[in-house]
Amino acid sequence: MRLALMGGIYSNSRALETALSDIARRQIDGTFCLGDLGAFGPYPDRVFPLLQQGGVLCLQGNYDNSLAGGLADCQCGYTDPRDNHFARLSYDYTFRQTSPAHKAWLGTLPMSRRLEVNGTRLLLCHGSPRKINEFLWESTSPDAFLAYLLDEAGVDVLCVTHTGIKWHRDLGGGRHVVNVGVLGRPENDGTPRVWYALLTIGDTVGVEFIPVQYDHEALAADMHAERLPGEFIETIRSGWWTTCLEVLPQKERARGRF
Amino acid sequence: MVTSAAAVELRHLDNLWLQVTGTHCNIDCRHCFNNSGPRATTFGHMTFEAVTEAIAAAAARGVRDIYFTGGEPFLHAQLLDMIACALAVAPTTVLTNGTLISDRIADALASLATAARYSLEVRVSLDGYTEEMNDAIRGPGVFRLALAGAVRLARRNLLPLVTVVRTWDDASELATLAGFARVLKEAGCDRPRIKVLPALPLGRELTRIAGLQRDECVTTAMLDGFDRDLLMCSHSRLVTDRGVWVCPLLVEQPDAQLGATLDEARSSYELRHQACVTCYRYGTFCGNVSGQIEGPDLAVAPEAR
Repeated sequence: MRLALMGGIYSNSRALETALSDIARRQIDGTFCLGDLGAFGPYPDRVFPLLQQGGVLCLQGNYDNSLAGGLADCQCGYTDPRDNHFARLSYDYTFRQTSPAHKAWLGTLPMSRRLEVNGTRLLLCHGSPRKINEFLWESTSPDAFLAYLLDEAGVDVLCVTHTGIKWHRDLGGGRHVVNVGVLGRPENDGTPRVWYALLTIGDTVGVEFIPVQYDHEALAADMHAERLPGEFIETIRSGWWTTCLEVLPQKERARGRF
Repeated sequence: MVTSAAAVELRHLDNLWLQVTGTHCNIDCRHCFNNSGPRATTFGHMTFEAVTEAIAAAAARGVRDIYFTGGEPFLHAQLLDMIACALAVAPTTVLTNGTLISDRIADALASLATAARYSLEVRVSLDGYTEEMNDAIRGPGVFRLALAGAVRLARRNLLPLVTVVRTWDDASELATLAGFARVLKEAGCDRPRIKVLPALPLGRELTRIAGLQRDECVTTAMLDGFDRDLLMCSHSRLVTDRGVWVCPLLVEQPDAQLGATLDEARSSYELRHQACVTCYRYGTFCGNVSGQIEGPDLAVAPEAR
């Protein structure tokens, strides 16, 4: 059985469309999105029909939870005044531009999804099993802590997103934790590509990350037309994060440009 | 009206704090919450064996982060070996005044950080972005030494997290942060990282703010609907040379010692100190939090009635 798992879309309908076309060319048994459909990008309503046409099973991220509940902020978990300033711009824009029907639909999505495939138990959630906006970064998620999360959840495989940077940890004994990355923006590596994950579940579990090259210049033009911050557009073009930097742990921060 | 202090259980040991040098420090900050200093002997140095035992016990429970604190951790002759042990099992943070970070220490830390799978964070304390501002709080000559330590780390791409205790008023917040960023960049920290901590009404800070503090506690009513994960006591314990405390802040409060070992220190704790109110207001300020928390009006502690 093969599953396609995508993380935050962040209103990047162009990357989503490219990823779904790629998925359609593969032998995939199910496609899932782990939440945060809106944020950052332009025209948030454009992602909903694509997800529905693609048969993508979604769950709630913190952004979706905020939009559906009419909350005052995105619950992203930032601490820095500058990060919060840009989070506010992004959330206010997305809130205004998301239709009431789509907001209501976000509220119907589950907070997590459990699957059992060939005896392998999987949990899909947004941040962590215990918190929708907990950051599970590669460099701050030790093996013993991940094993604890798997034990508490009673699963063999845990899949999350929320941080924006993909990683996979094989804990041995058929136990895996996968941060599937995001389709919404590049992962602070100096290239404009974005990523989703393929899980192959048989006697063993295989994890493959798939790069998605899409028309990021067209997205940047859309963002410019919508008067979204120049800092966001720079990230889409360059692949380097210019905002949301203060939540990065030392290792991930040191790899970036800013 | 609810008047009792709320009790908070340890949900999971996410954060292991190690007070490796006790209250032994090479400087005497005016706002130090645990009264550390060159002559402070309330707590002593931990042995290497005690530190590695605590790390192993915490790792067996699935610890998420390990913190080295004091006093000044770099006064411990075996600190680098301890950091290596911690980094083998979990992301590790060292809280330092930065004055002892020589080129040799910075080289060693950068090597450890590069070799480890997990992040090594070095938090360097500064309390002003000029010598005059900082040294009025942290002592003569400290600004120059601490800034030099931070720059040594930054030049090795081990980006220090400069931690600043808020000793200014709200109106000065952005200008003050901008001042720190500018001075750090000019000194050679090209990508300054700054963490602002609230001043804690404990230790010498009580003298500094004499007359301003109120007698408060966190009540059960205040925790209704409140995310307890924002409180350190729900996911942290501090190991010292004299036992295990509920959190690093209450280390001078006898009632906050919960046992001799981590296993003995799993009990819940009543939030009866004013520092608990600070933690309640600002959240777990050593983790990622979503800003300041607005809670119900603070109740007066029962003993004050």
